Amino acid sequence: MIVYGVALLSACLILGMLLGEVLGVALGVEANVGGVGIAMLFLVLASNSDRFKALVDGASGTGIQFWSAMYIPIVVAMAARQNVVAAFEGGMLAVVAGVSAVIVSFALVPLIAKIGNSETPSEENQ
Amino acid sequence: MEIFETVFVRNSLVVAFAVVGLTIWISYFLADKLTKGRIHGSAIAIALGLLAAYFGGKATGGSTGVADLTLLGGIGLMGGGMMRDFAIVATAFGVKLSELKKAGLAGVVSIFAGVIVSFVVGAVVAVLYGYTDPVAVTTIGAGAVTYIVGPVTGSALGADSDIIALSVAAGLIKSILVMIGTPLVAKTIGLNNPQSAMVFGGLMGTTSGVAAGLAATDPKLVPYGAMTATFYTGVGCLLGPSILFMIVNAIL
Repeated sequence: MIVYGVALLSACLILGMLLGEVLGVALGVEANVGGVGIAMLFLVLASNSDRFKALVDGASGTGIQFWSAMYIPIVVAMAARQNVVAAFEGGMLAVVAGVSAVIVSFALVPLIAKIGNSETPSEENQ
Repeated sequence: MEIFETVFVRNSLVVAFAVVGLTIWISYFLADKLTKGRIHGSAIAIALGLLAAYFGGKATGGSTGVADLTLLGGIGLMGGGMMRDFAIVATAFGVKLSELKKAGLAGVVSIFAGVIVSFVVGAVVAVLYGYTDPVAVTTIGAGAVTYIVGPVTGSALGADSDIIALSVAAGLIKSILVMIGTPLVAKTIGLNNPQSAMVFGGLMGTTSGVAAGLAATDPKLVPYGAMTATFYTGVGCLLGPSILFMIVNAIL
């Protein structure tokens, strides 16, 4: 049943969001801390475990795959509802701050990814 | 005309599906014919979306792009936070646990590094533009983290509303640039495996930017980047009004 997969996906998201909200309150932060990330972890765990086989195999799995495939269209819709006008009306300071932050962050990707890479073999040696 | 409007408004989400589908079809056609596949179809679709959002915002004066046009209201629901998060989580289906573990440490490092680096860059730019008030500098720096961290930090510190608006604008610029720029720099920064995607998500942090940027680069990388990115805003809201403000306050 396709709906089983969709229901599992929904349950993961709601559970993750609840935990993210609780984490936010515990840290005294006005934001959901990692709710979506936690939900993704749940889905990864569920799809790798035997206990949830009936909810992720066959037709049930296509229920999840459908939403995974709808991701890009949803992102396009998301782009179309951004407040692009406000972004450019913030003036030069906003543009310079935003652009510089992105350039520096882009440059850091290979450096920090390298930290991870050199760390993996040393763990294996131990 | 009235009949048109009635049908479109009553079926707004369905209209959105059709319009987005058409947009993607056109984008893939253009990607294929004009760029011979060098630019990914979804990158063009996202750029078209942003362009449409600009004109929609100009035409209506609203804050949600084309979704403020009566006939396209469904775009707001389809591209809203709920559907976005639902689809992002779905992309985790089929992710291997071992890949996540491999980049676990680098992923965590990247989140903190990303928040701090973006904040420092934003704060330095604010100082260069002549701001000396620690609250204003912190708020603008927080805006360079994400457009959510900016206002959260600003209202916690009691910043003026024009400074908060500025911080939101900085965050929006960042998000838009990540959407468009990621496919262009992907090769240069080695963004071609799950590990670097997790680091990328942690460094950039803007969920919308990362979501769209990776989708336009390689959809297989989306779940890895999205996973770390969703922790970023929370960490930013945590550090912004507290440690980062104290540091700025001590320096200025």
